[in-house]
Amino acid sequence: MSEALFSRKNISLLSGPIGSNNPITVQVLGICSALAVTAQLKPAFVMAVSVTVVVAFGNVIISLLRNTIPNRIRIIVQLVVIAALVIIVDQFLKAFVYDVSKQLSVFVGLIITNCILMGRLEAFALANKPWPSFLDGIGNGAGYGLILIIIAFFRELLGSGTLWGFRIIPESWYIANGGFYSNNGMMILPPMALITVGVIIWIQRSRNSKLQEK
Amino acid sequence: MDTNGNKYTFIYASAMVILVAAILAITALKLKPAQQKNIDIEKKQNILASVGIASTFADAESIYAERIVQSYIVDFSGEQIEGNAFDIDLKSERAKPETDRKLPVYECKTDEGTKYILPVYGAGLWGPIWGYVAVNDDMNTLYGAVFAHAGETPGLGAEISTSAFQKPFKGKTIFDASGNLVSIIVAKSSETAPAEHKVDGISGGTITSKGLQTMLLNDFTTYKAFFTKKKQ
Repeated sequence: MSEALFSRKNISLLSGPIGSNNPITVQVLGICSALAVTAQLKPAFVMAVSVTVVVAFGNVIISLLRNTIPNRIRIIVQLVVIAALVIIVDQFLKAFVYDVSKQLSVFVGLIITNCILMGRLEAFALANKPWPSFLDGIGNGAGYGLILIIIAFFRELLGSGTLWGFRIIPESWYIANGGFYSNNGMMILPPMALITVGVIIWIQRSRNSKLQEK
Repeated sequence: MDTNGNKYTFIYASAMVILVAAILAITALKLKPAQQKNIDIEKKQNILASVGIASTFADAESIYAERIVQSYIVDFSGEQIEGNAFDIDLKSERAKPETDRKLPVYECKTDEGTKYILPVYGAGLWGPIWGYVAVNDDMNTLYGAVFAHAGETPGLGAEISTSAFQKPFKGKTIFDASGNLVSIIVAKSSETAPAEHKVDGISGGTITSKGLQTMLLNDFTTYKAFFTKKKQ
């Protein structure tokens, strides 16, 4: 029986992780990198794209191999696939967006340890066909990326007065130039990312009663 | 087929590892030229930054071609020797005895005359530190300096890469009145040193500061004959 490419079930694979099953705000996975790379929008965006690429292709590869993988070494196989994809992504970043790759430095390598990846491969790709696995990967990557970008938006705007490197708060507003405004230095530091995540979780739960714990 | 047998598992694991290794090796080889180009551009940006010329990733190469009129290698006795200054690997030169080192020099044309840019390389607290120092054509006064590091402590030793630390180097001299090399003293506030050779060290970053001082002294010592020769 063949199923339509974008059946309702497949669409929910894509939309679920962006909303009510978000890997960061609901499953609380991948928090470390969400704190580390979100001081500015650009690295957060590149990180989001990198994770999406790795989790989507990792899911497809594992799903294609799912019937051949020896059960006893399946975690190792998953790790090798993820590690290989991450290194390829890292090499591409170094070749084509060198400045961003320098900013992300060690965090690209640490995508390997991002719980979202192993979680999706183990929980989804091992039991599903390639196409749903691909959608699941894109969905989870997008869900992760969306939160990263929301956090980075507020951190860069309030912490540096810029967005994507462009100045939003006029120079003349700053105290140094005789104005009244000053950047909030706390926003640059990782703790404020955690607090921002907390606020996002709070907003999401107050709007979605299914997520509230009794 | 039994996918849980030992034989199958071993063959599967071996084949997978060989395949992945091949894919990674090909990717790395194919992307190597593009990556090297980025590293070279960054190096050019740093060289230009030491004489206070700001450049972006896009225009660094053209500004470099225009401003850096000459680059060459000198040896310990100040004689010019064969080779491409840009390709010198400072880390491996550092492993050689002082007298065998190849010493790169970049000559930069600025509005205030010719500046001689020398790369420096040494040890901080956690790892290597390096930078570029620009010297005026009196071969004594510093025109500017930039420093970078691999893994110094953020907020402490890592401050050497900030302009607040680097700016005071401009105008300092490295020889005293009688022509002895004193280099630059990166001093604690309690330390007394002649003001013309002294820059403020970093509070909480003493080992990095002193490492930087040692780096400058060592490297200026190897360039000493070159300085003397150019002064004449």
